[in-house]
Amino acid sequence: MIDGFLALYIFMLAAFTGYEIIARVPVILHTPLMSGSNFIHGIVLVGAMIALGHAQTPFELAIGFLGVLLGAGNAAGGYVVTERMLEMFKASKPAAGKEPR
Amino acid sequence: MAWLPVVIKACYFLAALLFILGLKHMSSPRSARGGIVWAGFGMLVAVVATFALPDMHHLGLILAAVLIGVAAAWWSGRRVAMTAMPQMVALYNGMGGGAAAAIGAAELAGYAGNAITLLDGGQFTASGAASPGTAQLALAVLGALIGSVSFSGSLIAFAKLQGWLDKRFTFPGQRVVNLLVLAAAVVLGAMIAGGQLSMPLIAAFFVLALLFGLMMTLPIGGADMPVVISLYNAFTGLAVAFEGFVLQNEAMIIAGTVVGAAGTLLTQLMAKAMNRSIGNVLFGSFGAAGGAAGQAIGGSQKPIEASDAAVMMAYAERVVIVPGYGMAVAQAQHKVWEFAKLLIERGVKVRFAIHPVAGRMPGHMNVLLAEAGVPYDLIADMDDINPEFPNTDVVLVIGANDVVNPLAKTDPSSPIYGMPILDVAAARQVIVIKRGKGTGFAGIENALFYADNARMLYGDGQAAAGQLVAELKALDG
Repeated sequence: MIDGFLALYIFMLAAFTGYEIIARVPVILHTPLMSGSNFIHGIVLVGAMIALGHAQTPFELAIGFLGVLLGAGNAAGGYVVTERMLEMFKASKPAAGKEPR
Repeated sequence: MAWLPVVIKACYFLAALLFILGLKHMSSPRSARGGIVWAGFGMLVAVVATFALPDMHHLGLILAAVLIGVAAAWWSGRRVAMTAMPQMVALYNGMGGGAAAAIGAAELAGYAGNAITLLDGGQFTASGAASPGTAQLALAVLGALIGSVSFSGSLIAFAKLQGWLDKRFTFPGQRVVNLLVLAAAVVLGAMIAGGQLSMPLIAAFFVLALLFGLMMTLPIGGADMPVVISLYNAFTGLAVAFEGFVLQNEAMIIAGTVVGAAGTLLTQLMAKAMNRSIGNVLFGSFGAAGGAAGQAIGGSQKPIEASDAAVMMAYAERVVIVPGYGMAVAQAQHKVWEFAKLLIERGVKVRFAIHPVAGRMPGHMNVLLAEAGVPYDLIADMDDINPEFPNTDVVLVIGANDVVNPLAKTDPSSPIYGMPILDVAAARQVIVIKRGKGTGFAGIENALFYADNARMLYGDGQAAAGQLVAELKALDG
């Protein structure tokens, strides 16, 4: 179990971590970064799986199923979209020197 | 099997670590792609570990839902065009918010079910001394509220950017009504957190929360959507963190909180780039006053032929290209880059100038230019390029409008007054490629188009860029 204050400490430290990481990001990466952080909160999938795994009534089953569906969409969609964007950033770097044409 | 819980905890720890490292790597273009792969691996580890949790039922059902969700999102994410990225992020973000809300609903319904059975057995006391603590209930409610708002709000943002919802939905007293809806949702939430776990109450709470997300987003104009999406991204992160506390899942707490904080900062940066406070975006109903007042703009729009425009740039020393979202919509970025390359071959110094909010999100235009193959060193930020405009012979504006509108500097009654702009009017000549004479995305008249040194090249962005390329090639015989 995580007690109240331990939870607060985790919350505080994680919040500073998130803030610090973003603070040094160049503007050109803001869109991929928003997309990337969007992917990371796809971890909600894990919570939805737990909720569905502990469901007892048909209502809880239904809402849990919906939650897992949405969470999986968040995680997979976020990953694909971010990866596609960042792939272009990778490709354009060597292209700058390679094909002056 | 005493080791299993430890292994699962270790997996969650690894996932949290990989998320943070991944996000860190994403903050530099060189390592960015590695970052998302690391984070993706962390997600995989966390999901697989969750299947091994003790006390999990309905594993088949879970697997089915995961596979369906992943397949649908993977398929849609693969085939969406780069220009549509912002709304896809909104959509996936809404899904995350919805999932967080669903967790809250399932947990609350579970508590409610238990409370009712307890009540039948005569054990339950009205003071709410049932198994979940008040803090846990409050966090479940809070996460559900934020998640629901993010869910319905993101879907509206998606619909607006997709062009399904063109009109801004406003009515008198809207702010008061919205506030009342929110207040009602908060009161119901407080009652639930206080221990009144009845299903009708919980249902009413969710309806109100979802309704508030809708009503809060409907009056916001399309131009402000990036800020809104970013804000909802932060919301979803927070909702995930809160539900993580409820479920005692450390990976959710850390990932959710990191995203919540990062998303909040990102939202502030975006709002700052547009010179608008977040409160102004959410409650200012942008553009509602625009069009009514405003300075009268003198002069007329002066057209130019593609051949003249091409010659003008071919014999210029410095050319700056200012791309906007309109260029991306017309899929003209490849043609524009081809044109720029021809100019560079002729010895013209060409640079691309990007406004912080060009495209639909900060950095969106960089992604689109990167897709076309434009190297980094030719792309300049607003702060770097603005002092150079007086030394620039020709500025080619393609598909950009509000970010080059001088009214942002001169007309205090303009809705975009105070927004930093690209100072293109300071250049010797400005050529604007534009579809027609209409106003831009935000519906504001642009004084630049009437300026003495501005020439309008009417036409579809791609066709016009194609003409320029052809004319330039013709010059060389």
